[in-house]
Amino acid sequence: MSVSITPLVASAVAAALPLLIAALGELVTERAGLLNLGVEGMMLLGALASFVAVTHGAGLPLAVACGLLAGMAGALVFGLLTISLQASQVATGLSLTILGTGISSFLGRGYVGYRAPASFEPIAVPWLSDLPIIGPLFELNILGYAAVVIMIAVGWLLARTRAGLALRSVGESPVVARALGLKVTRIRYAAVLFGGAMAGLAGTYYALAQLKMWQEGLTSGNGWIALALVVFATWRPGRVAIGALLFGGVTALGLWLQTVGVGVSTFALASLPYLATVVVLVSISADQQALRRFAPAALGKPFFDGD
Amino acid sequence: MIGFELVRRAAPSQAMQVIAPLQAVLLTLLAGLGLFALLGQDPLHAFHQFFIAPLSTPNGVSELLLKASPLCLIGLGLAIAYRANVWNIGAEGQMYIGGVFATGLAIHYQQQWGAFMLPSMIVAGALGGMLWAALTAWCRARFHASEILVSLMLTYVANLLIKYLVFGPWQDPQANNFPLTVAFEDNALFPLLAELGWDWFEGTRLNLSIVITLLAIPLAWVFSQRTFAGFQLAVSGSAPGAARYAGYKESRAVWIAMLMSGAAAGLAGVSEVAGPIGQLNDRWTPQYGFTAIIVAALARFNPLAVPVAALLMALLYLGGESVQIELQLPKSISEVFQGLLLMFLLGSEVLVRFRLRRRVSAARGDGQ
Repeated sequence: MSVSITPLVASAVAAALPLLIAALGELVTERAGLLNLGVEGMMLLGALASFVAVTHGAGLPLAVACGLLAGMAGALVFGLLTISLQASQVATGLSLTILGTGISSFLGRGYVGYRAPASFEPIAVPWLSDLPIIGPLFELNILGYAAVVIMIAVGWLLARTRAGLALRSVGESPVVARALGLKVTRIRYAAVLFGGAMAGLAGTYYALAQLKMWQEGLTSGNGWIALALVVFATWRPGRVAIGALLFGGVTALGLWLQTVGVGVSTFALASLPYLATVVVLVSISADQQALRRFAPAALGKPFFDGD
Repeated sequence: MIGFELVRRAAPSQAMQVIAPLQAVLLTLLAGLGLFALLGQDPLHAFHQFFIAPLSTPNGVSELLLKASPLCLIGLGLAIAYRANVWNIGAEGQMYIGGVFATGLAIHYQQQWGAFMLPSMIVAGALGGMLWAALTAWCRARFHASEILVSLMLTYVANLLIKYLVFGPWQDPQANNFPLTVAFEDNALFPLLAELGWDWFEGTRLNLSIVITLLAIPLAWVFSQRTFAGFQLAVSGSAPGAARYAGYKESRAVWIAMLMSGAAAGLAGVSEVAGPIGQLNDRWTPQYGFTAIIVAALARFNPLAVPVAALLMALLYLGGESVQIELQLPKSISEVFQGLLLMFLLGSEVLVRFRLRRRVSAARGDGQ
């Protein structure tokens, strides 16, 4: 049994990284008080942009830039509607997902089944990657290492810097933050755009580091799982990583059971991550007091800078 | 920064509530012209193919009604739920399970049950939709879990359940391993209107299930405008504080909203599997459950406006098919239009509660 643990960890880590990236972006957005349900849509936009870029001869760095920008473009629309035009955050996020899904399947039509001519490959850290069980943590691709760096940076930024404090106060009480002289609108736009960039990066991960080919809806609901992860992590960056690994673990377990050939339908195993999300949401949400203590107080509430 | 700023209106503008959806439709049409031009098409010709040509034949009109009917049915349920601030976005999954329940009866009992088959399927479909919605309602009412995420996750699960059934126990043995069940027999299908003596519908696929939708429209209106439960739901949605003060239980609103929208989605599922599809397969729906979210939003959650919105969204589906055949554009252009329409609607709705004012001067305007 112990022999097969290491590949299991490897596939858990692989499934966890894009979730981690997207969830960190959404976490920052939500800490600024905005609930963006468009993660799935922005991920698909980022995935498409990076894949198209690579297919037309762009190098990987340029493709990543395209992915980031596409995610940010989606986020900008969300920001314009919810921050500047006071539209409902829930409805706008949903429509961003619908629009992103539509655009990616429309423009991606001609690329279905194409393989990416360039992709991100694992880079092993000498010696460390040979360790049993935790070895796979030291054999990531560049985007994977970037995810770890981003996680540490977000944690540090939120907890230890003036900018992080400003962001958090905007999410706790925009009225007070404005009275303190903070530029609420500007901070919220920055947070939303960061969320979009991370969703775009996660999409890039799926397109160029995981599947390495284009298929319609290739993010298969992981944007929504990332949203659930933020709740699971009670809005704390370190816990997002734990949650992402857990979800990655469930996915990996399902895949592993399929290959071993247990007497359970592959479809039942494929539904594990979604069911796990429900179970996790239920168990976290049941403790309303803890949730209220950690949730940004102004999350999802409209704030009009002109009053 | 920009020449205009928003000023909150003293009261929401009645006129803008009507104008905003129309403005959104107009903007979408204009964006459509631009999009077609960008794609190198003659904009007017493509526009004609998308929005006019599908409606130029009786068959086209009946296809429009055939698509609008489930959209309208689901949209009515969602309008009631959203009014109560219960964001059921898993109607797609509830529709799947409605179809699964109806199919279960059809493929196991269609020999024995004779004329009772179809009515039983209708009831089973509604119950199936309610059951799937009840899972979400329970998670939300009992454990405060987000109904948005739970209902959506369960949609993925429902989709996998259908795949399991049509690739496994319910697969037609004669289907050469295609993922589909046996075709339903006549007693498990809605009769075509053409067969009932409506000559105008000769040769079309329009069937009796549209009657369910036609009945649901006034029922939904009566429920939301004329019943106490409907009133409680509306208060829970628009003024949660007042609802609590009046002693209305939030969990009750969640249950009613979820079960009603689930039943509507389940019925839509039956009308598809026992209608134009005539069996269960793994890709039988063009995501009516998600599109109905836009229908409900476009109708501003008003049951009487839902049919109009449903017709419009059905036209977007038909237009997509039309330009795919005529102009070789991907059908998914419909989804782009759907998303754009919703975005424009959300942007336009700002004018219901706010008005635009020319910024007096930057220095004085921002109250520093």
